[in-house]
Amino acid sequence: MNVLRKQKIAFACLSGLGLLTVCVLIFIIGYILSQGLTMINIEFLTSKPRKMGAEGGIFPAIIGTLYLVITTMIIATPIGVGAAIYLNEYTSRGKITSVIRFATEALAGIPSIVFGLFGFAFFVILLEPVTGGWSILSAALTGVTMVLPTIVRTAEEALKAVPDSLREGSLALGTTKWQTIKGLILPTAMPGIITGIILSIGRVVGETAAFLLTLGGTLLIPQSLMDGSRTLSLHLYMVAMETGAMDVAFGTAAVLIILILIINLTASWFFRRLIKRFS
Amino acid sequence: MSTPQIAAKNLDLFYGEFQALHDINLNISEKQITALIGPSGCGKSTFLRTLNRMNDLVKGVSIKGEIQIGGENIYDKSVNVVELRKKVGMVFQKPNPFPMSIYDNIAYGPRAHGIKKKAQLNEIVERSLKQAALWNEVKDRLHSSALGLSGGQQQRLCIARVLAVEPEIVLMDEPTSALDPLATLKVEELVNELKQQYTIVIVTHNMQQAARISDITSFFLNGKIVETDITSKVFTNPSNKQTEDYITGKFG
Repeated sequence: MNVLRKQKIAFACLSGLGLLTVCVLIFIIGYILSQGLTMINIEFLTSKPRKMGAEGGIFPAIIGTLYLVITTMIIATPIGVGAAIYLNEYTSRGKITSVIRFATEALAGIPSIVFGLFGFAFFVILLEPVTGGWSILSAALTGVTMVLPTIVRTAEEALKAVPDSLREGSLALGTTKWQTIKGLILPTAMPGIITGIILSIGRVVGETAAFLLTLGGTLLIPQSLMDGSRTLSLHLYMVAMETGAMDVAFGTAAVLIILILIINLTASWFFRRLIKRFS
Repeated sequence: MSTPQIAAKNLDLFYGEFQALHDINLNISEKQITALIGPSGCGKSTFLRTLNRMNDLVKGVSIKGEIQIGGENIYDKSVNVVELRKKVGMVFQKPNPFPMSIYDNIAYGPRAHGIKKKAQLNEIVERSLKQAALWNEVKDRLHSSALGLSGGQQQRLCIARVLAVEPEIVLMDEPTSALDPLATLKVEELVNELKQQYTIVIVTHNMQQAARISDITSFFLNGKIVETDITSKVFTNPSNKQTEDYITGKFG
């Protein structure tokens, strides 16, 4: 066989594999949307569930998802961005930073059910007087441990992308290091930092296992952070497993997919802005 | 000659073990342009960066001897580096405009130093851009991004940004090496204008440039000062053989 023919076969195989991946994706999304979209209407989105979720709407799960995402990000963002600033601006590559980097990377590789188990033992049981047991707060704190690595690493990359010539230019004007970070470095790196935050929101929205063990899963609308709740993902799991109401499950799945799609598109829009800033 | 505004006394500088500057003694007078020339790696930029302590940012740098500015040793423990850098501004080799509007670039320094009133900032921005001979080119687009300016305009913007802080001394580290000849000419004209109000120390690898714009020229070689004299004398009748070899192009 001559090399040209081999080249053609290789190209055909590879493009076939590429096509297959896209087809699988389109098939899954298409199937879920075709099953679920018919369910979605104003009533489905705004009314309370009946019969353990087998009938009625998904309003409490939407509220629960919002509460959990907001609480998680309010706690995780300052910690993660602060750690990234410390790592990139205040330390050089020493022993402590390599330990911190290793820790964040190791944290990123842990299966989410393990985070859930930890959250259950620590936040739900041990800290019950503070967190209220199964609650939005317990789940949010568990979520924080899960998304911190993402936030730290994306923020660190974004800060690293800011050229040193800008730092020098600012310091040479007689500004302090903190003024330089606050007034120049952070705003310049902001699109990249926001990308990390949005990806983390996606992770919280999509997560099920960890919140199964920490959020409780009540169908009531939460009145405070110490109340239990359920997210859309959790609702989907529970409806499918406990009631067998597949139409509601697919409707919830369709809402979830649309939500995640919006989140990812926003993230990539911010990321493109970061790239543009340096070209 | 009046008392020098900047005086380096027996200055040694080390990068770790490596000694980059040897026993530098140099007096720089007020409202003059002093050019530092010499081949690559001779220590001229390193010396320039000791004058506003930008070398502090480099790991492993240590210094012996002293540098006096206005009679005060800037390496004294009591010296506030932030205050020093307000007084001693710096323009870099590659234009480094901040990724923000032209207006915000200029207002950045004054804002950091506590000026908040809009009218006052407007006045500073206009004055600085006029001083840097950039006002007429940008006055209609002050709020568009500084990154959209040409290289030469960006460098004049960086000069305006330094002037907005009202320094006494302006250090320039090969400010035209990234610019085309026309933009270079504009910056040179500007430097000549600025001399009336500021003391300027300029590092250049372009000898014609040193000859064109400076009053005093100091020739660096291998981390030492070989010769410092009135520019016209250095270029027509140098007292040192090495200086002569360098300016006539025998090496470097």
